[in-house]
Amino acid sequence: MESKLFNLTTPLKIIVSITIITWCIIALFPLLWIVVMSIKLPVDSFASNPLKVIIGPSTKEQVGGLSFVNFIFLFLSIYLFYKLYQIRKILFDLINPILKFSLITFFILFILYITISFILFFLIQNNLSEFVNILFSNLEFLKIFSYPIIGFTPQHYLSVWVGNEFYKQFLNTMIVTGGVVTISLTVGTLAGYGLARSNSMIAFWLLIFALIFRALPHSVLVTGYLEPFINYGLYGKKIAVIVLLVAINQPFTIWMLRSFFMNIPQDLDEAAQIDGCNPFQAFWKVVMPLMWPGVITTGLFSFLLAYNDYLVAALLLDGQSQTMVPAIMQYFNMETKMTDLVESIAAAASITAPLFLLVMFFQKQIVSGLTQGAVKG
Amino acid sequence: MKKSTFLVFTMPSFIMMTLFIALPLLIVLIQSFQFNQDVLETIERENCDPFGCKTETITVPVLDENGNKIKNNIWVGFQNYKNILKFEQLSSVISNDGFEWSKIRSIDFYKALRFTLTFTFITLPFVIILGLILALCVNVLINRLKGPIIFITLLPFIITPVIGALSIKWLFIGDGILTLFLENILDKDIALFSQGWTIEILMLFYRVWHTIPFAFVIFYAGLQTVDKEKIEAAFVDGANRLQRLRFIIIPHIMPLIVFVALIHLMDSYRVFDEIVGFSASGFRISLQWMTYDFLRIDDSGTRSIGRASATSVLTMIGIIIILIPVLRRTFKEQKEKKL
Repeated sequence: MESKLFNLTTPLKIIVSITIITWCIIALFPLLWIVVMSIKLPVDSFASNPLKVIIGPSTKEQVGGLSFVNFIFLFLSIYLFYKLYQIRKILFDLINPILKFSLITFFILFILYITISFILFFLIQNNLSEFVNILFSNLEFLKIFSYPIIGFTPQHYLSVWVGNEFYKQFLNTMIVTGGVVTISLTVGTLAGYGLARSNSMIAFWLLIFALIFRALPHSVLVTGYLEPFINYGLYGKKIAVIVLLVAINQPFTIWMLRSFFMNIPQDLDEAAQIDGCNPFQAFWKVVMPLMWPGVITTGLFSFLLAYNDYLVAALLLDGQSQTMVPAIMQYFNMETKMTDLVESIAAAASITAPLFLLVMFFQKQIVSGLTQGAVKG
Repeated sequence: MKKSTFLVFTMPSFIMMTLFIALPLLIVLIQSFQFNQDVLETIERENCDPFGCKTETITVPVLDENGNKIKNNIWVGFQNYKNILKFEQLSSVISNDGFEWSKIRSIDFYKALRFTLTFTFITLPFVIILGLILALCVNVLINRLKGPIIFITLLPFIITPVIGALSIKWLFIGDGILTLFLENILDKDIALFSQGWTIEILMLFYRVWHTIPFAFVIFYAGLQTVDKEKIEAAFVDGANRLQRLRFIIIPHIMPLIVFVALIHLMDSYRVFDEIVGFSASGFRISLQWMTYDFLRIDDSGTRSIGRASATSVLTMIGIIIILIPVLRRTFKEQKEKKL
């Protein structure tokens, strides 16, 4: 019965597959394309023939490219990284008992993976394939494997990160996002717990107001504080951006954390209080250990908000203190040569990379976070 | 929980929101009735040249000890609003030529309002319908494929909006790959970034692309909670697939559709990043972009804080009008839960 009911007829199967394949192409294509463009010389990046953009004949001629050997090593390292990625849960269970604090373990593991991927791709894979390429090119019968197939040049990335000192903007972004995530979570967790455990009218009105605040355009808050910030010398200081982003984020944070706290039975903290804990001990020692998944999820969304912000940083920061997104747009508006354009594309592609890793590791948390607010209301 | 404990727990957040959301709102409201101008003074200066000395009076801005211009705010009543809404121009347009959109659209505010509203309401059905279709499709896939497809689907959602818009722009700009493709098919020259409506379509497309994942995830989660027995019963009663969708699944996830609509209305009403990403400000502007533009330093080196505040206030009035029906609903729901 069940199988008959849920099995699809053939035409329906075809429709489903076509829909999903089309969507995947639409979802991925723009992102893949900027990566492809960013590793070619401008002549190829803006060639009229799409095949030329992918293969990059001029790039191949002038700078060189990836040979068969490179591809083998690239795939090997991707495979290795995937294997390492699969054992992340085992690693987590291994480290967690030592540190006794799952949030820190999570963080350390994430940093560890970023370091590993960096070492694997940029040091080991890169140098090893280079070495083998040279080795092969000296051997008559293996020569063919070391010929470049696809044009490739890292020069745009190098000139963005090293030449234009983009790492400064990266650090600024990290300081801003780090500040926003820490402050929003600290303030939000306390409030979320209070709101989840209270039935008072104040709690109700606080939530309603938070919902209205959630709808406010972000520029409104900047408008209110731009003049005071300029007058008191906070213009161009990261703390100003952090404070405003925390405020913008706060309504969303307390709603989400509240719904996570509501999943934890209230009997638990009541039992703890009967056993002699005061409300704060009950909160910290009994409820919080169960809350870390919720905190991580909410933290992710705070991270995304701060990392992706353009408006606030563009209005309150400038020059050296600028974060990555507005800096790229300035770059892009200054563009005079084709090379500059490709460089800004490379910058854009490189700020997407951390987000890519983020989805890879936190897919479950992102999905649960998105659904949390909706299902529980 | 005792009231005092509750207050202690929520105090930091409450202070944060009062200080950095409620207070700025108040400041914005006050600023919108003010005009920020340089303090001027008239001084007499002796101007000497080989033919003798003359005294002349000139007006200069007063400087403070750091050499910055001292500014003060003067009350101007509704002047800022008048400058933005331009009622005289509007009424003259309407009375002279009848009701003509193209003339009204020459006033920035109405142009921005028109774009913001079309943007908000056109993308809404697309996001909901396409998100639902995608959720239904992924739901019937074999389990092994679900993970990777959800991964790919999430990418447009988490990508930095400005960068996402740029990545789509690069496909279509000048000799972009898809422009050439379209030119090949249609056999004529296409310049997608030289007129407003094509940019607008691209912006709408971008927003739908960016928001589908969100709708998808919510609907997909909702589909997991559909009562299987109900569907079986309907199947026994002879309901076909479409009828099961129409009468069981959609009513079941209706609250989620409302939720997605609410969030989408809030988010797309403050459309801003697209205009930056597509560099569309020459053709299409939104309400939030207007505020942003007033806040930037203009050619004369000043920021029009007063006008920015006035647009902010108007923008807020707009979002509150749009949200009243939904807010009412949430209000009732939350109240019922309490009782």
